[in-house]
Amino acid sequence: MAEFEFDGDKAKESFQKIVKNIRVIVIVVVVLVAIISTFFQVGAEEVGVVTRLGKYNRTVEPGLNFKIPFAEKVTKVAVERQQKQEFGFRTTSSGIQSTYSKSGTEDESLMLTGDLNLAEVEWVVQYRIDQPYNYLFKVRDPETTLRDISESGMRQIVGDRTVNEVLTVGRAEIAGKLKVLIQEISNEYELGLRIEQVVLQDVTPPGPVRAAFNAVNEAQQEKETLINQAKSEYNKVIPKAAGQAEETIQKAEGYATARVNNAQGDVARFTQLYTEYAKAPQVTKTRIYLETMQEVIPKLGDKIIMDEQGSNVLPLLQMNSQSIKANK
Amino acid sequence: MKKSTITILIAAVVLLIVIAQGFYVVNEYEQVVITQFGKPVGDPITEAGIQFKIPFIQTANFFEKRYLEWDGAPNQIPTKDKKFIFVDTYARWQITDPLQFYKRLTNERGAQSRLDDILDGETRDFIAKNYLEETVRTSNRTPISSGAISDIVEDSLVQIYVGRDSIQEYIQRSASLQAQDLGIAILDFRFKRINYVEEVQTQVYERMKSERFRIADKFRSEGQGEASRINGEKERELQTIQSEAFKKAEEIKGKADAAAAAIYSNAYDRNNQSRELYNFLMSMETFQKTFSEETTVILSTDSELYKYLKSSK
Repeated sequence: MAEFEFDGDKAKESFQKIVKNIRVIVIVVVVLVAIISTFFQVGAEEVGVVTRLGKYNRTVEPGLNFKIPFAEKVTKVAVERQQKQEFGFRTTSSGIQSTYSKSGTEDESLMLTGDLNLAEVEWVVQYRIDQPYNYLFKVRDPETTLRDISESGMRQIVGDRTVNEVLTVGRAEIAGKLKVLIQEISNEYELGLRIEQVVLQDVTPPGPVRAAFNAVNEAQQEKETLINQAKSEYNKVIPKAAGQAEETIQKAEGYATARVNNAQGDVARFTQLYTEYAKAPQVTKTRIYLETMQEVIPKLGDKIIMDEQGSNVLPLLQMNSQSIKANK
Repeated sequence: MKKSTITILIAAVVLLIVIAQGFYVVNEYEQVVITQFGKPVGDPITEAGIQFKIPFIQTANFFEKRYLEWDGAPNQIPTKDKKFIFVDTYARWQITDPLQFYKRLTNERGAQSRLDDILDGETRDFIAKNYLEETVRTSNRTPISSGAISDIVEDSLVQIYVGRDSIQEYIQRSASLQAQDLGIAILDFRFKRINYVEEVQTQVYERMKSERFRIADKFRSEGQGEASRINGEKERELQTIQSEAFKKAEEIKGKADAAAAAIYSNAYDRNNQSRELYNFLMSMETFQKTFSEETTVILSTDSELYKYLKSSK
């Protein structure tokens, strides 16, 4: 430790040396600072806005750049970065499965429709800074201004539509209209912002009336179901009946053909017979009569044969018939 | 140190103070009013860059050159139709005459408070003068009707005569007039949010609910009606099909019967003899068909059949 012992003489000497070289040291420091503050880097997504003694001088591109030390100041503006503002909800953590929070933002999303109903509309505005000069020097706090414009614009557009339109057919149209409107007002204010896209998120009826809106959807389904059931019943019955009708008609046609053919057959037979009958009517008639009787009589049950006075019954025949009855 | 060195050093320090006090930088977004013992002197400086003033005696007062925000507090205001609503507004303004601004309002805080007075007052006036629709709607556009639902509820928008845009413009113009001598310009004024106060909101929800239930009922009844219609159509068609088939079948059969009758009568009704033969044949056929085991016949020996029975005895 002895080597580092305080040596008054030596310290004095070195102090004097410093004082002697103070000018050199100051110059070196100043030059160093100047060099360091001369160079600056602008990132790939940025531009640098350079002001000289407060006055706008130039805008520089990404890469290594120079400025006059002390007199010039640079402000970097991320012109290529897409930024977004959320209305009616906030992304609490973004990732593959982002989580959202809706608490505290109900006032942003609740709005009046043109028919004085209420709807909850959530949306996102994506934008980029495209005029860094305007962005920095024309409007104080352009982001808040954009929020105000968006909220006001959305209400203006929704205010011109019915609640049905807002909730159903109007969605795409509203996003498109809002984008145009926000851009117009931004240009008017010279915000230096470019609206890339407006995306509508959830567009819903407010909480207390949501159930009633669902009831309408259910009723609509119910209606469809009832109609479909009736239609299916119709389709089950009518084609079958048509087939059955065809069947009835075909059967009738069959009957008709048979009827006529039978008649023609009968008549043909009769005509043949008649030809012969005409030649010998009495004989033919007797023959047919007897032939018929021969055929008929044996099938009969009781047969009682009497003489013309009706008193002389032939007993043999009667007994025969009685024995048949007794057998039964 | 030598005396001259000290003198130079003092001079340098004084010069430095004078420079620091005399020169000042006006940024791109600023403007400056120079005051001398509190009294403004000369024209305001609106160009950015380095400027000089008399050290110690003059002061530089910096003001914004950019558009500035004004955000109104949400106010509860009744409309002309006595509906209570919250109106939240915003405006953009600019210091156009820094000298006048400095004289009248001193600083931004003073300006904000004056703007509160002017704009809140104008808002209140114009909201109270108009129906709620006028502040909500901008144009008289025809809504796109969304089919089924529009048939049930009055899905149209009432006619407006002023509109949101115009009311905003009136408020802005009227406020601008009042702000004329303040050295500021109100560039734009807009309604940010308009909402019902809580009690009204509950009523609106009730109305919306009953409206929806009405739509739901209508749908259901429409479904039932349509189903009944289809059912009726089905019955009608069924009856038509069946009766038409019956009719046609009977016609066909009748025609055939008639044809058969004609054929028969042509053959049988030729002359007396044919009629006789037909009658005879029919009787014979009738015997054959009607006589059975159950039938008892009493035959007279007088009959054709047994006439020989007796005589042979």
